Amino acid sequence: MKRTFLQRCAAAPHLVWCALFIIAPLFFVAYYAFTDSSGAFSTENIQRFFTAEYLSILLNSVCLALIATVVCLIIAYPLAYIISRMGDKGQRMMMLLIMIPLWMNFLITTYSWMTILQDTGIINSILSFFGLGTLNMINTPGAIVVGMVFCYLPYMVLPIYSVMAGIDKSLLEASRDLGCGTLGQLTGVIMPMSVSGVVSGITMVFVPSISTFYISQKLGGGKIQLIGDSIESQFISYNNYHFGAALSLVLMILILISTAIMNYFTDEDEKGREKRDTQRRALK
Amino acid sequence: MKGNKVIELKGISKSFDGERVLDGIDLDIYDNEFLTLLGPSGCGKTTTLRIIGGFETPDSGDIFFDGKRINDVPANKRHINTVFQKYALFPHLNVYENIAFGLRVKKVPDDEISVRVKEMLDMVNLRGFERRRVTTLSGGQQQRVAIARSLINKPRVLLLDEPLGALDLKLRKDMQNELKNMQKQTGITFIYVTHDQEEALSMSDTVVVMNAGTIMQIGTPLKIYNEPVNAYVADFIGESNILDGVFIDDCRVRFAGHIFDCVDRGFGKNTPVDVVVRPEDVEVMPPSEGMLKGHVTSSTFKGMYNEIIVDVGGFKWMIQTPKQVAVDSDIGMSVDPDNIQVMKKSEYSGMFGDYSSYSDELEMLSENKEEESE
Repeated sequence: MKRTFLQRCAAAPHLVWCALFIIAPLFFVAYYAFTDSSGAFSTENIQRFFTAEYLSILLNSVCLALIATVVCLIIAYPLAYIISRMGDKGQRMMMLLIMIPLWMNFLITTYSWMTILQDTGIINSILSFFGLGTLNMINTPGAIVVGMVFCYLPYMVLPIYSVMAGIDKSLLEASRDLGCGTLGQLTGVIMPMSVSGVVSGITMVFVPSISTFYISQKLGGGKIQLIGDSIESQFISYNNYHFGAALSLVLMILILISTAIMNYFTDEDEKGREKRDTQRRALK
Repeated sequence: MKGNKVIELKGISKSFDGERVLDGIDLDIYDNEFLTLLGPSGCGKTTTLRIIGGFETPDSGDIFFDGKRINDVPANKRHINTVFQKYALFPHLNVYENIAFGLRVKKVPDDEISVRVKEMLDMVNLRGFERRRVTTLSGGQQQRVAIARSLINKPRVLLLDEPLGALDLKLRKDMQNELKNMQKQTGITFIYVTHDQEEALSMSDTVVVMNAGTIMQIGTPLKIYNEPVNAYVADFIGESNILDGVFIDDCRVRFAGHIFDCVDRGFGKNTPVDVVVRPEDVEVMPPSEGMLKGHVTSSTFKGMYNEIIVDVGGFKWMIQTPKQVAVDSDIGMSVDPDNIQVMKKSEYSGMFGDYSSYSDELEMLSENKEEESE
C-alpha cells in the first residue's frame, strides 16, 4: 500500500521518539561497551563478562528466572482456564483482580513482601502465635522467586487468558459432540490452541525476571547477586559505565537469541500457514 | 412404512432470560428419516436441535433416545453428531486430523483410523486434501470436512444446523443433492435445520414447520405444500393467495364473490374459512370465459413464467402463468377444484396472502434483512 505524504507525517513523532529513546540509547550502550575509560576501542569489558565470576552470576539469574517462569506458568495456566470458562461478570471481576497489582509500584510490593517474609514478619508471627516456631524465608532464593512471581504473574495470565477466551465456543461444543470429556477437551483443543499465549507469557515473564535487580537485593538480602544487580552496581556504585554497558549488551543479545529460538520452534507452523494463505489469495 | 422411533420429544419448553423460545414441542423422529425443522429465524428450530444434541437442557419436558430418557446425558455420551452452522473445524489440525478427531477420542487403532478417514474423504470428494490446513479450504470444502468429521463416528442421528447457509447458490444446490445421497447411502437419520423452504421441500422426507416456539405442521413436503393447515404455513411454504371465504357445504366454497367447487369436506355449513390458491394453479383466459375477472396491475418476466399481480375486487392475486399478459388489461381466471385448499380460521388469518403491497424490490429488501439478522 502506498502511503500519502500526510500519513508519513503522522508517523514522524513516533519515529523521532524511537530515534531518541530507543536507537540512541542502544547506540550509547554499544559505544560504552566497546570502549575503555580513555575512549579507545576495546573488547576488554566484553571479555570480562565471560569470566567465572560473572558467568556464575548469569547462571544464577537464568536459574531463578526459569524457576519463576515455570511457577508462573503452573499458576497462570489453570487460572486463565478457569477464568475463561466463567460468566462475563466473573471474567471482568477476575481480570480486575489480576490487574490491580500492576497498578502498584513494584518497589512497594517488594517492600510488602519483605514485611510478610521477614523473620519477625507476618507469617512468622502467625506461626509462632500457634507455637509452630519460625521459618527462615527472607534472604533465600525462594523469597526472590516469590517476589518475581508476584510481580510478573499478570503478564503470564493475561496473554494465556486472552487466547483462551478467544477460542470459538462452537469449537468446544464440536469437541464435546465428537466425544470429548472435559479432560479431552482440554488436551485436544484448548491446550494446542493456547500455545501462542503460553509463548508470549513465557517471554513476558522470563525477560524481565532475568534482568530484574531490586527484588533480589531486598528479598535476597544481597546474598544472591543477579545480573541485573551487577549492572546496577557497575553504574551506581563503581561508576564503571563501560563494563555496565558491556554486561547489558551481552545480556540483551542472550535474551534476543533465546527469544528467537523459542519463536522459531513455535511460530514455524503458523508462518507456514500464513504463507500458504497469502499465496492462495494472490492466485485468486 | 416408517421405522422405529429414534428420538422422541415430549412437551419440551425452554426459555432464555425469561423469553420463551420453545413452548411444548412434541416430535417423533424415525430411523432412516430426513427430517427438516423449517421456520423463520427466532422460531426455536436451532434450540430444538441443540436440545437434541445435548448442548441445551430443556426447562420442562423429556427427550427420549431409543425409548430411554436422555435429558441428563451430556453431548459427548450421545450417539448423535452435529454439523455446525459455521463448521467449527479445529484450526490447529489438518483435514485428516479433523476427520479423525472423534475416532482418536475413542482410542481407535491408527490403521483403522486411516482406513475410515480414507473412506470418508472419498465419500465427500476430498481425496488428496489430507495434509491441507482447514483454514486454506473454501467454504464448500470446509463444509465437506465438517460432514466427514461427523459421519465417521457412524452416529445414529446427524444434526445439521443450516449447514448450507454460508455457501453460494450453485454450490448450495449441489450440496443439497449430495447430502440427500449421503443420507440414503448411510441410512443415518438426518435432522436438518433451515429457513429456506425450497431446501426443506426438495430434501426432506418430513418437514416440521415451526413458528414462535411451537410446531405448526408436520408432514411430507407434498402434504405441507398442498394442504397447509393455516395461513402461516401456506404463506411460509411458497407463494400463496390466501382469501377470506365461506364454506357453504361439502365441496362448495365461496370466495372472491364466486362459488367454487372444491374437494374439502367437513368444515360445517356456512363456516368462515381461509382459502389458499397457489399462484401457479390459476389459469388465465379471456375475460369472457373465466370464473373471476381481474385487472392486471403488474407483470414480471421470470424466465419459465410471468408473474402477474391481478386486482380482483380490491384483493390482489399473484398468478404465475406462461401466457403473455399486458399490464392494464382485463383477464379471466379459473381454478380447478383440486387446487383449492380450504383451511380453518386461525390466529394467522388475514395476516398473509394478499399481494397489494407486493413488489420484487420489497421482497429483496426483506430477504437481505433476514440474512443480516442471522
